Amino acid sequence: MSELLELTAAQAIDAIRRGEVTSEAVWSAYRERAAADENNSYTWVARPEAPAVEERAPLAGVPVAVKDLFATEGIPSQAGSKILEDYRPPYTATAVERITGAGAPILGKTNQDEFAMGSSTEHSAYGPTLNPWDRTRVPGGSSGGSAAAVAAGNAPWAIGTDTGGSIRQPAALCGIVGMKPTYGAVSRFGMIAFASSLDQCGPFARDVTDTALLLGAMVGKDPRDSTSLGLPEPIGTPSATDLQGIRIGVPEELTGEGIEPGVQKAFEATLELAKELGATVEPTKLPHAPHALAAYYILAPAEASSNLARYDGVRYGLRAGADGDLLHMYTATREAGFGPEVKRRIMIGTYALSSGYYDAYYGRAQKVRTRIAEDFRTAWDSFDFIATPTSPTVAFELGAKLDDPLAMYLNDFCAVPMSLAGIPAISIPNGLADGLPTGFQLAGPAFSENRILDAAHALEQAIGFDGSKARQA
Amino acid sequence: MSLSRDQVLHVARLARLELSEDEVERFSDELSKVFDWVETINELGDLEDVEPTSHVVAVENALRADEPAPSLPQEVALAAAPDVAQGGFRVPSPGAGGGG
Amino acid sequence: MSVEDWEPVIGLEIHVQLKTNTKMFCGCELSFGEEPNTRTCPVCLGLPGSLPVVNARAIHYGLLMGEAFGCEIAPRSIFARKNYFYPDQAKNYQISQYDTPLCRGGSLGDVRLNRIHLEEDAAKLVHLGESGRIHGSEASVVDYNRGGTPLAEIVTEPDIHSAEEARDWLNLLRVTLRQLGVSDVNMEEGSLRADANVSVRRRGDSVLGTKTELKNMNSFRFLMQGINAEIKRQVAVLEGGDRVVQETLHFDPGTGRLDTLRSKEEAHDYRYFPEPDLVPVVPTEEMRLEARAALPELPAARAERYASDWDIQEDTARLFAFEPDWGDFFEEAATAAAPLPTRPVANLVMELRSRVDGADPVATPVSAQAIAALARLVEERGTTPGNARKVLEILAREGGDAQAIIEREGLSAMADDGELAGVVAQVIADNPDVVERIKGGNQKAMGALVGPIMKATRGRADGGEVNRLIRRQLEL
Ligand SMILES: [Mg+2]
Ligand SMILES: [Zn+2]
Repeated sequence: MSELLELTAAQAIDAIRRGEVTSEAVWSAYRERAAADENNSYTWVARPEAPAVEERAPLAGVPVAVKDLFATEGIPSQAGSKILEDYRPPYTATAVERITGAGAPILGKTNQDEFAMGSSTEHSAYGPTLNPWDRTRVPGGSSGGSAAAVAAGNAPWAIGTDTGGSIRQPAALCGIVGMKPTYGAVSRFGMIAFASSLDQCGPFARDVTDTALLLGAMVGKDPRDSTSLGLPEPIGTPSATDLQGIRIGVPEELTGEGIEPGVQKAFEATLELAKELGATVEPTKLPHAPHALAAYYILAPAEASSNLARYDGVRYGLRAGADGDLLHMYTATREAGFGPEVKRRIMIGTYALSSGYYDAYYGRAQKVRTRIAEDFRTAWDSFDFIATPTSPTVAFELGAKLDDPLAMYLNDFCAVPMSLAGIPAISIPNGLADGLPTGFQLAGPAFSENRILDAAHALEQAIGFDGSKARQA
Repeated sequence: MSLSRDQVLHVARLARLELSEDEVERFSDELSKVFDWVETINELGDLEDVEPTSHVVAVENALRADEPAPSLPQEVALAAAPDVAQGGFRVPSPGAGGGG
Repeated sequence: MSVEDWEPVIGLEIHVQLKTNTKMFCGCELSFGEEPNTRTCPVCLGLPGSLPVVNARAIHYGLLMGEAFGCEIAPRSIFARKNYFYPDQAKNYQISQYDTPLCRGGSLGDVRLNRIHLEEDAAKLVHLGESGRIHGSEASVVDYNRGGTPLAEIVTEPDIHSAEEARDWLNLLRVTLRQLGVSDVNMEEGSLRADANVSVRRRGDSVLGTKTELKNMNSFRFLMQGINAEIKRQVAVLEGGDRVVQETLHFDPGTGRLDTLRSKEEAHDYRYFPEPDLVPVVPTEEMRLEARAALPELPAARAERYASDWDIQEDTARLFAFEPDWGDFFEEAATAAAPLPTRPVANLVMELRSRVDGADPVATPVSAQAIAALARLVEERGTTPGNARKVLEILAREGGDAQAIIEREGLSAMADDGELAGVVAQVIADNPDVVERIKGGNQKAMGALVGPIMKATRGRADGGEVNRLIRRQLEL
């Protein structure tokens, strides 16, 4: 493996700035790796010619892999779905525009669960993505392609989306860093919607410094997204090496029971490290957190059932059944275009919103959401951060949970409460269990991105996780 | 709770999904299980006085000035359409009713 | 029993396209007959990933209507998705408002309003004929130019009791909205569309009957036809001992018939829920003040003011109130003519209006000052009322100065110098047979003298004065 590929993105940028390497060389090295990717991480890879970039721009031409959920002008944007096969939008998502505007060209589009519905990237019309640590296992999802590409060294960094854990969980399962920012911090314009009130886009990277750098290029208020917000301060470069005075709360409800022993062990070891770095670590309660997942599986499918109504064979994408009347065309198109998990969620969401059930399901789930946000607000009175394992398990075997939707949904047990509350959370790799990576999740109040990144940086230094094994292949 | 075959078919029709006989069977089973599980939120008891959360962001009045922005050229608007006629998106006839 | 024994109860649901520059949720300009699909963008085409953003002027117009009708403005108004599959909605849902409309209550004239909410218009479907057949079935073509045009939906309480009342009220609404400047309110062009909820009950009953919803009455005539046909139908149903079924009926202007919109087994289930892509609209004091400041005087208030402040006929006052441009013109002329009485000024303005077929008074070459000057000339007997009309005709054609026209065309009233008395004497002398008939008691025969006198004086003579002189000279 070329030494170039062992540089983090920040190191590569420095090397380009110092003239030790050209951005073309970085592009070619990664372009070649991406084209040769054996994990089915990519659904589209850019042409070999290095695009013109501004090396003095903040990201200096270090390319980025983009989840297929983002609209990219003239480039297939398929959301992992057959219904959008080879769909090339006439516009580009704001988040992608910001990153390319900061000097990072698009290396490729990455595989994902169809419309971001899934936790294993097996629900893709373009085949499952494999975990670079063990190709018999899933990379997590839904942003599994982005996570696998970065973990395998087939992209320096990547962006993904997180509705109920879709960045954090695959980051954990692939041994890299992934962050879901505060809801609204990054524009959703051009991000193909799954569940609008929860969807948020964020970075994947090998380390916390790269994560901060990429996140810094994405954030900002966008007049095209009514729900976007300006962060109170720019994303800085994380530099903390200790956790003096930091108070970490460990919620009983999201730790211990239900967490695989290996994962729990790694989690506890990291908490010990945190103490050694000067933090206080105490148990706490998020009383409504155990109900977060159930509320989520009403709210997200309900919004999705409406968001996915537009895939009807009229304006773009697949059309089937054109020999019949309009109703037949609609149903035939959606039958042929959607995979089973998408259909399942559309059914759940449609039912939850249907006449006579709204109050019992959607209305009630919204109230549970209020309670969960209140739980976190109460926690911030006593703690700077909440820590949990990112995922209850390490990467599981391909096909293991495909036939059991409820078991699959439980993957996001620790990630979903933060999504419902709209707060930022990061997952950093904190060890191996049976040779597979585990993830440590750190969540903070809205807009605490810089503090989270700093704390994660200090922990990362202390943990010293080595992800190079996944880049060997 | 369990979802009847009729309920599954009704929901599928609302969602414009055409289900095979197999899928009807599977969905009434799976959805029943999922709803049994999501109904665990009922363990939280009375939430009468709790405000529902639609948005976690505290943004209001995100308004746009009434200023024109360029539209797409017709050929771009139609570029991805499965079937085009007379500058428009051709669809099979809706027949009677069906609109909103 | 007959129709007279039944009381119709009618509520209207009106959709008006708002006169903004751009669409409700995107920057596309509104379309007026452009080539199909040339006023679209990722947002109004419902492309994957696109997001709506609310047009500030549409909200302003909503508040303007709310203030004008005395509605209660929602402190926090929310958009909702109305889900239904149809190609006229690019997203297969319409962004509308559900349980928190921008305005509630209020009234216009005698009719109370239930609510006003904002939403996006649907796209246009053009049904192709034979040429559009694909595999033997008919096809349609969708043009999304209109899709996303801002709409206000105005819903009344069931306070209307006849087709005529419905028409009159709708006209009042139309004039009011036009004056507010929020819409072109043109029914034929579809910028104003009315649906009616109709039920009947026995006179004296207080319980409402079952209502039906009438759609597609795209002119005032059709609105009346449709409502009348439905009243008749419901009365016949009830008198036949049957029950009215709640349903939606489609008015067919061709046949004048009402057809049931068959909705198969699918009772509409719109699955409304709060639009997660938009945030609440919270009208600030500043937004409300801005709306209040933009409020013009509305027809109902203007008619009342004319009735109390100006001495003019009731129907003239109503006309000036409904055509505020003419009302303004009248007020300017009457003010300039003060302290002359206002009625003759109003009559001259009405005369001008009929000469220019009701065109915008600003577009005529006649100034309000010229009308005032003409009224003054009549009052001071510089010309006669009859000649004033001729002056007006010339003014309307060429503009200019009333006095100059009178002089140029010899349209002055005759000065009181005996000239007229001489003409009268001459005509009496020329028509002994007529004089004979008059003296024999036939008063009407006097007209046969007036004609030649007016002709001889080229209309300059005052009609009243001519009559007086004839009577005096014939010693009647
Ligand atoms: Mg409406
Ligand atoms: Zn548009």
